[in-house]
Amino acid sequence: MKFTLSWLKEHLETDASLEEIVDRLTMIGLEVEEVTNQADRLKPFRIAKVLEAGPHPNADRLKVLKVDTGEGEPVQVVCGAPNARTGLVGVLGKPGDYVPGLDITLSVGKIRDVESFGMMCSERELELSDEHDGIIDLPEDAPVGMAYAAWAGLDEPVIEIGLTPNRPDCTGVYGIARDLAAAGLGKLKERSHEQIRGDYPCPVTVALEFGDTKPLCKSFGLRMVKGVKNGPSPKWLQDRLTAIGLRPINTLVDITNYITFDQGRPLHVFDADKVHGNLVVRRGKDGERIDGLNGKSYEVDSSVCVISDDNGVESLGGILGGEPSGCTEDTVNVLIESALWDEDGIAATGRKLGVNTDARYRFERGVDPDYMMPGLEYATRMVLDLCGGTPSEATRTGDIPDSSNIIEFPYSEIKRLSGIDVSPAEANVTLKSLGFWLSGSGADVKVAAPSWRPDIEGKADLVEEVVRILGLDRVPSTPLPRMGNVNRKVLTTSQVRRSKTRRALAARGLNEAVTWSFIPKSQAERFGGGAAELALANPISSDMSDMRPSLLPGLLTAAQRNADRGFGDVALFEIGQVFQNDKPDGQKMVAAGVRRGTAKLAGAGRHWSGSSQTVDVYDVKADAEAALAAIGAPVEKLQVFTEAPDTFHPGRSGSLRLGPKTILAVFGELHPRTLAELDIEGPLAAFEIFLDALPEPKSKGGRSKGALNASDLMPVRRDFAFLVDKDVTADKLLKAARGAEKTLIADVTLFDIYEGQGVPEGQKSMAIDVILQPRQKTLTDEEIDAVAKKVIANVEKSTGGSLRG
Amino acid sequence: MSNLDTLESELLTSIENADSEAALEDIRVHALGKKGKISEQMKTLGKMSPEERQVMGPALNGLKAKITDAISARKTVLADAALEARLASETVDVTLPLRAAPSETGRIHPVSQVIDELTAIFADMGFSIAEGPDIETDDLNFTALNFPEGHPAREMHDTFFFNEKEDGERLLLRTHTSPVQIRTMRDQEPPIRVIIPGRTYRCDSDQTHTPMFHQVEGLVIDKESHFGHLKWILEEFCKAFFEVDDIKMRFRPSFFPFTEPSMEVDIQCDRSGGEVKIGQGDDWLEILGCGMVHPNVIRNCGLDPDVYQGFAWGMGIDRIAMLKYGMPDLRAFFDADMRWIRHYGFRPLDLPTLFGGLSG
Repeated sequence: MKFTLSWLKEHLETDASLEEIVDRLTMIGLEVEEVTNQADRLKPFRIAKVLEAGPHPNADRLKVLKVDTGEGEPVQVVCGAPNARTGLVGVLGKPGDYVPGLDITLSVGKIRDVESFGMMCSERELELSDEHDGIIDLPEDAPVGMAYAAWAGLDEPVIEIGLTPNRPDCTGVYGIARDLAAAGLGKLKERSHEQIRGDYPCPVTVALEFGDTKPLCKSFGLRMVKGVKNGPSPKWLQDRLTAIGLRPINTLVDITNYITFDQGRPLHVFDADKVHGNLVVRRGKDGERIDGLNGKSYEVDSSVCVISDDNGVESLGGILGGEPSGCTEDTVNVLIESALWDEDGIAATGRKLGVNTDARYRFERGVDPDYMMPGLEYATRMVLDLCGGTPSEATRTGDIPDSSNIIEFPYSEIKRLSGIDVSPAEANVTLKSLGFWLSGSGADVKVAAPSWRPDIEGKADLVEEVVRILGLDRVPSTPLPRMGNVNRKVLTTSQVRRSKTRRALAARGLNEAVTWSFIPKSQAERFGGGAAELALANPISSDMSDMRPSLLPGLLTAAQRNADRGFGDVALFEIGQVFQNDKPDGQKMVAAGVRRGTAKLAGAGRHWSGSSQTVDVYDVKADAEAALAAIGAPVEKLQVFTEAPDTFHPGRSGSLRLGPKTILAVFGELHPRTLAELDIEGPLAAFEIFLDALPEPKSKGGRSKGALNASDLMPVRRDFAFLVDKDVTADKLLKAARGAEKTLIADVTLFDIYEGQGVPEGQKSMAIDVILQPRQKTLTDEEIDAVAKKVIANVEKSTGGSLRG
Repeated sequence: MSNLDTLESELLTSIENADSEAALEDIRVHALGKKGKISEQMKTLGKMSPEERQVMGPALNGLKAKITDAISARKTVLADAALEARLASETVDVTLPLRAAPSETGRIHPVSQVIDELTAIFADMGFSIAEGPDIETDDLNFTALNFPEGHPAREMHDTFFFNEKEDGERLLLRTHTSPVQIRTMRDQEPPIRVIIPGRTYRCDSDQTHTPMFHQVEGLVIDKESHFGHLKWILEEFCKAFFEVDDIKMRFRPSFFPFTEPSMEVDIQCDRSGGEVKIGQGDDWLEILGCGMVHPNVIRNCGLDPDVYQGFAWGMGIDRIAMLKYGMPDLRAFFDADMRWIRHYGFRPLDLPTLFGGLSG
C-alpha cells in the first residue's frame, strides 16, 4: 500500500515530521517498507520546449531539435521519437545527467554526424511508467525551465507500507490516518458524504441471481449519471495517481482508482450506452468469456462471479471490468457501481484466473460493508464535480449484512495476556479512537467492533488493539520462572542418536552436508521410492519432484558436483529424514555417507608417508560400525550379512544386522549401473545407518558399570593358519574359533590372509591369533593344547578347511 | 718398581687407544687374563719374601684396580660414542608435513551446529525439543492454526502439495514448524515448554529463498505466561545466541493467524560496513515473529483459552546462522560444496555448551 505524505495530510491534521510518522506507522503494526521521493532521482530533468523540429541530414527517422531550456541559447538535440514536433513541451536531460530508466549518464554525442547536447525523455526513461512510444508530451502551458518533478507533483515523499492481510481498513489512506490519530499523531478529519438526490430513477436494474448456490455478491449499489464530460482528469488527481505508480486513464476511471486508494473502496464505472438491458449478477457459465480492461481475455465458469447484461459477461465482479463496456473519453452516460462481494469467492476467482488487481486485493481481505453506499455517494460527488451531468437515484440490491460483533471484555484480559497495567480509562480512549463502541462500566464492558474491522473476533484482538496503540515498549520484560532446580535430560533417544552419530562421523573426517528432501523421480525410483503418494503435485522443478527414499542420491550427486569443480576426493555425510510413505511414521531418520576417490580415513591423495588407495567397501563398513558403536549398538553382537540393496556392488557390499531381520546399516561400493543411471563417476563407496531401527535402550537399572574383572595372570597367545575354500567368510571362521572354548578364549583376531604359491587353487590361508586368558592359575601345556585342539576342530568343522601344516 | 710403572703406562696408553669393545677385551685379557701380564706378576707374589710382598702386593693390586677402572671408563666412552653415532644416523626430517587427523578434517554443518546452540540455550530454560513430520495434513498446517479456508494468509505460504487422494484429502509439505505446536498441545498436558526445530518447505526460489529451509519455533503454554515473559525469553535468547552482553530489540505489532496479539521483532544492527553486525549501530533487522497463542488455536487443541494461555515464536535457523557466522548466500547451505563446508563448518568436538561458550 502506497501513499504520499500530502495525501495522508488530507485526512490527518498533524504537525508530526515525516520521520515521526514513519516511525509511528511501523510501531503500530503498519510496517513502513520504503520511503521514496521521485524528485531525488529526477532532480536534473527540466521542462523544455521544442522551438523547431527539423529533418536530420543523414537519417530519415531522426529529427534535429532546437530546444528552449528556459535559460540561455536554445540547445541542439537529436531525437528519434515519432511525436517530436515543433511546439512540443517535454522533459530534457542534459549532458552529465543520469537517466535512471536507461542506467546511463548523458554526454555530448554525435548521432549520424550531428551533435546532440541532451535528450528529450520518455516516461520509461525516467521510470515513470512503461510508456516508450514517444517522448513526454506536456500541456503547452507547462512552465519551461521548471524542474519537472516539482511541476508534476512528484517532489514529495511516497510511503509504502507492507500491509498484513488482517487490515483491510488500511488499504485506504483514510484508514491509515485513523490509526495514526488513535496513536496520538494528530486529528482525523471527519469524512461525511452527503446523500445526493437523484433527478430520476436509475434506468438500469440489478438482479442478484444465485439460486440455491452461495451468493457471491451480497449487495450491489448502482447509479446513473447522464451527460458527463469525460476527458483527462485534473492535474492534482493525475499527480496523486502517478505518485503511487498508477497511470491516469480518464476522469471517470481515475475517480474509481482514487477512491480505491483513498477509502479502500473499489468501484467500477460502465459506459451506460454500451450496457445492453439490465444487469444480472450471477455465476458464470461454461464457455463464457470476457475481455478485461487489462487487455487479457478470461474464460469463466460457475465458480466465478460475473456481471452480465443482454450481451453476456461485462465484468468479473469485484476483480476486473470488461473492455467493451468500459468508460472512454467519449463516454457521456455513466453507471457507477459500488458492490459488496464474497471474500472467498473473490480470492478463489483471483487464484483461478491469475488476476491480481487493486480491487481483488481489497475485496478478498474484506471491505467495509457499511461504506458501500457512502462510497457510491462519494464517487457521484466527484463525478458531478469533475465531469458534470445529472445523477439518477441510487439503487441498492441485496441487503448489507450485519457485521456487528459484541465482545464481552474484562479489562483484566489486557494484563493477563500482555503483562501491562492499563487503566480502564486509557483502554477506553484507545478503543474509541479506533472506532470501537463501548457500553457498560466496571471490570467488564461490552465492546462492538467497527464495520471496517472484520479481523476483530474476540478478547485477544481487543488486547492487541490496546497494546498496539499504547506501544509494545510498555510491556515489562519478565523472567520466566524456572521449572525445577537442575534441568533433566531434554533430548529424545532419536535426537541423542543423531547428535552422537553426527559427531562420530565428522570425527572420522566426513563432512556434513544438508541436501534437498526432494530428488528427481528417476533417482527416487532407483533407490526404492517414487511412489505416487510421495510425488509433489507442484514441484518447483523436475529435479525436485519426489520425496527421497534414501539420502544416497543426494550425497552421490553432491560428491559428483564437487568432483566437477576439481575436488574428487570427498567424504560427505548427512543425517536426515527419508520417506517410506506419506504417514508420519513413514518418515525415518537415517545417517548416510559417501567416500569418493581416495578419501579414506587416514587422508586423501598422494603423500610422502604413503599415498591413499581408492576407497572401498571396508572404509564404509568401518564408518558404519563406528557410528553404530557411538550410538550404543551392541557392535560385538551384530551380524554381517553379504546381502545389500541392488544399488550396491553385489560382491562388495553388505549389511549389519541385529538378529537376522533388523537391518541397522548397509554399506558397500556402488553398483556400476547405479553410477551410470545417476550419471556420476566413481570410485564411490557409501553407507546408510537406520537410526530408528535400533531398539530403545533399556531405561531400567542404574548406571553402574559393574566391577572390573582383570586377571593377574599373563594371557597366552597361540597362532593358527587354516586352509579354507575361497568363499569361506572371515566371520564364519572367527565365530568358530571364538566359540571353541567359552571361558578361556578372550579374543581372536585375523592377522593374515594369503592366496598364491603354496596354497592350492581355489583356497586361501587365513591366520588367526587366539588369546587365552587364564583366570585362577597359570595354564599347563596340556590345557593349552586341549584348547588348541578344540579351536582346530571347531574351525575345520564349520569351514570345511584344515589346519595349514 | 720401574717395571710396574712401565707396564702401567703401556697398558693405560693401549686402553686410551682402544677403539672398540673388542680391542678393550683384548687388553683386558692381555693384562688381567689368567696369563695376563698383571696376573703373571701376581703369581710371583708367593715366592717373594714377606718384605717384598709387603711392597709389591699393594702395588700390584693398585695396578689391577687402576687398569680395571680405566677399561670400564673407556668402555663407557666408547658406548656413548657408539650411541651418539647411532642416534646421528637415525636423524629424520621433522619438518615433513603430516596428514591431518580425521577429527581435524571432518566438519559439522552450520545448521546442525546452530540447532545444538539453540538446544543448549533453551534446555537451560527448561525447554525440551519437539519434532514432527515434514509431510503434514492441511488441518495441522493451516486449519487448526486458525488459517481460514481461502484466506490470503494461506496463499502467502506458497505451499507444496501432494496429489489429492480418493477421499479428497490432500497432504502437503509443512510450510512452517507450527503444526508441531498443535501436535504437542494435543499430546501433552500443560505446562508445555518446547522448541521445535526442523525442515520446512515453500514453493519459492530466488537469491534469498530456497524451496527447503529450516525453522525453529518455541511454544510455552501454562496458566500464567504472558507477553512480558516472551519478551524476556527472546531478549535472553538473542544475547546468548549472538554472544553479546546487551542487545537492543524492537517489538512491532504484526499479524499471524495463529497468534493474537502478534509481533515481529527487530534487533539492533550496524550495516555500515560490508556485513551486518549484531548488537551495535542504530539500524534494525527483522529476525523473528511471535505472539500470544490465538484462543482459537488453544481451543482447537482441546484446551480452554480462558484457563490456558501462552506464547509462541518462530525464526529461520539458516537466517540466524547467516547473521551470526556471516554466510552471504542461503543457497550455498544446500549445495554440499566441500570448500563451503570446510570454511563455514564446525569441528566435530566443538559441541556448544553454555558453560564453555556456544562458539568456544
